[in-house]
Amino acid sequence: MTTTAYDRTIPLGVHEGRAPGWWAMVWTIATEAALFAFLLFSFFYLGSQSRSAWPPSGPLALKLSLPNTIILIVSSIAYAWGERGIRAGNRARLRAGLAIAFILGLVFIIIQGIEWSNQPFGPRDGAFGSLFYTITGFHGAHVVVGLLMNLLVQIWAARGTFTRESHLAVTCAGMYWHFVDIVWLFVFASLYISPRLG
Amino acid sequence: MATIAPISTAPIERLHETWESRPGLYGVLATVDHKTIGKRYLVTAVIFLIIGGIEALIMRVQLAHADTHLLSPEAYNQLFSMHGITMMFWYASPILSGFSNYIWPLMLGSRDMAYPRVNALSYWTFLASGIFIYTALCIGQAPNDGWFGYAPVSLQPYNPGLNMDFYALGLIFLTASTTVRAINFIGTVMKMRAPGLSLNRLPIFVYGTMTASFAAIFALPALTAGCVFLYLERQFHMHFFDAAQGGSPLLWQHLFWILGHPWVYIIVLPAMGMVSEMIPTFCRRPLVGYPYVALSTIATGLIGFGVWVHHMFATGLPAVSMSFFSGASFLITIPSAIAVFAWIATMWLGKPVWKTPLLFAAGFVVLFVIGGVSGVVTAAVPFDWQVTDTYFVVAHIHYVLIGINVFPVIGAFYYWIPKMTGRMMNETLGKWNFWTMFIGFNLGFFPMHIAGLLGMPRRVYTYPASSGWGTVNLITTIGAFLFAIGVLLFVINFFVSRRKGAFAGSNPWDAGTLEWAMESPPPPYNFAVIPIVRSRLPLWEDQLGDETPGIIPAEGRSHITEGAALAEGRETFGTSPLEAEPLHVLHMPEDSLFPFLLAIAMLATAYGLVFSQWWLAILGGVGMLACLVGWLWPRHLATGERA
Repeated sequence: MTTTAYDRTIPLGVHEGRAPGWWAMVWTIATEAALFAFLLFSFFYLGSQSRSAWPPSGPLALKLSLPNTIILIVSSIAYAWGERGIRAGNRARLRAGLAIAFILGLVFIIIQGIEWSNQPFGPRDGAFGSLFYTITGFHGAHVVVGLLMNLLVQIWAARGTFTRESHLAVTCAGMYWHFVDIVWLFVFASLYISPRLG
Repeated sequence: MATIAPISTAPIERLHETWESRPGLYGVLATVDHKTIGKRYLVTAVIFLIIGGIEALIMRVQLAHADTHLLSPEAYNQLFSMHGITMMFWYASPILSGFSNYIWPLMLGSRDMAYPRVNALSYWTFLASGIFIYTALCIGQAPNDGWFGYAPVSLQPYNPGLNMDFYALGLIFLTASTTVRAINFIGTVMKMRAPGLSLNRLPIFVYGTMTASFAAIFALPALTAGCVFLYLERQFHMHFFDAAQGGSPLLWQHLFWILGHPWVYIIVLPAMGMVSEMIPTFCRRPLVGYPYVALSTIATGLIGFGVWVHHMFATGLPAVSMSFFSGASFLITIPSAIAVFAWIATMWLGKPVWKTPLLFAAGFVVLFVIGGVSGVVTAAVPFDWQVTDTYFVVAHIHYVLIGINVFPVIGAFYYWIPKMTGRMMNETLGKWNFWTMFIGFNLGFFPMHIAGLLGMPRRVYTYPASSGWGTVNLITTIGAFLFAIGVLLFVINFFVSRRKGAFAGSNPWDAGTLEWAMESPPPPYNFAVIPIVRSRLPLWEDQLGDETPGIIPAEGRSHITEGAALAEGRETFGTSPLEAEPLHVLHMPEDSLFPFLLAIAMLATAYGLVFSQWWLAILGGVGMLACLVGWLWPRHLATGERA
């Protein structure tokens, strides 16, 4: 056997191309995105068939929800800033970015709780109420999962697990966090904005 | 660095040690070997096939004569619902995943799937969700609203027991299993191929499972959303399907069939892929029209998302909507027909060797055409209105699902069991097996078309003698039992072959794909060296030479016995998605208990939710989190380079 089938050495571990774990996160996000698409499909389907006002008590207030949306977007930016830090080998910047993203995410959840208690309708008050609490509840659960991921990544970051070359967990948790934020924009546009348009 | 040493015995021993699961209980529960998981999938799914079959036979006894009262209406409702749910969700898709789990890495020239622990999780959750849904039957509160669980009968005021709570939670549970499995297949096809196994050289079976996996990822969440709504409406009195409170029963139908129709393709495309493997092997020539069959597989998966409303033609939808979905349903026959003509042409141009797997494959083609025709006619709205909710539809669904799933599956067992056990199945018994199943099936299910045209509605627990449906039903019952005897012959043949079957050797059928390259059963590490693939049929290159499909003469031939050993640890190549260029050496996970424990925690949560034992649900949730943290905790990896 003298010829070689591939005339180069193959590195151990992922240095070019995408790791299997990266793809796993991509397809997890894809199926989760489909789930939200079907939840919002249900919202628009029942809304289009509704014979009473949709929402029943008039369009939902933007006083808390709009600032809260901005908080979530800033949280995403903070995460991305931290991730860029570790890509340059800057662990302190990673930890700062993760911490800011975590705190803003937590604030979002707390404001969501206030938003829930402010609504004049409950989850059993007709289809709108049921959908509102189910969809925002689903989203809130995803935010909590994102926060738990963030917490894990923070613990690992504190232990010095991540390097400039090897920080797949940071990337994957970040993809999930950005997904949770982008999905919120769709949820917000559907539940809060769309009833104002028609 | 880039030299490839001839294989000595030393790495093989080391590979064995590295890849073999520990003996004992730990090894049983912690193994991530795709072959073990694949076999478990197959055995478990066959058990569900037998359970679902027994349920069907009990119903056929009830329906053999008019005015039979062996079963109460409620018992009959539970039986036909469990029969449908079991066959559709716990048999038809898992059995195909069993084959894919076992065969894929062998076919792809890899040592494992992309996510071995996820693979173990998908099996354990499949098993746990099956135990969960059959708990309902054991306590006499099984789902009783058909496999598609229509509202409002599924809602609490009309169905106060736990029956439909089990349905909603059981399906969500199974969906978790199916989703992670689909992600595993997609990750595997993107990353875990032998160098050179580019997209245009992938076996059609891989295309089938890959397309089904993509479809599952995007379609299953519709069912999840529907089942979450159903559970919330039943348990917490929220409103999604209740028309009086602004909901709509049709929302359930939409969500269910947005999953339901792609699901049909999820449970047939991999089976059609298996046929595309068997027919060339036994017709001694490459598949005719390979690129068209590959593309039609993908096209079927895509168009399958645009036809769900044809299940709802009788619900009073606008004519425009019905026309669109009727048109899409006609359209989907085109890719199916392309595949059928490719199989026929392969047989026509080849030299068929009529071994049992080919009998099943050919029988499948016949049944697929019949089932396809009875499907096309129901795609026409006026005809559908005539036969909807009659036995005509029952006949159609069984022609499609038994014809396109069960027949290829039994054929695939005859084809691949020699690889899995190292022993051949008995040919004579195999031919009896096929003809009993084929005759029994047609005798049982063809008359159902007639019963439907005579006006017999589906799901009636009995019928009056004056209806005149007695004779066709008696024939159907006889056929169903004959078919069941055929399945029994398969089970007998399997156990006989385990003891007395002839030894198979590595390639008993002289097939062309990679899974036949290693000894049977395969060693724990699959390949002593990672092969390099240069054509679509690496093992037929000696016979076909430069005519081998997918070969580029300048690149040379495939290397099967010489290549990188990667014996330093649990290692295999990670390759690029399109061209399968080796990019990196992946360190694969060791055995782990976390998948098993996670499935247990999920089972606890499901029981907690169905019995309203919130402490148990929360305990299960905490357990799930703990398992995930343990699972994800970073391992310390070796670094370096491999030649």
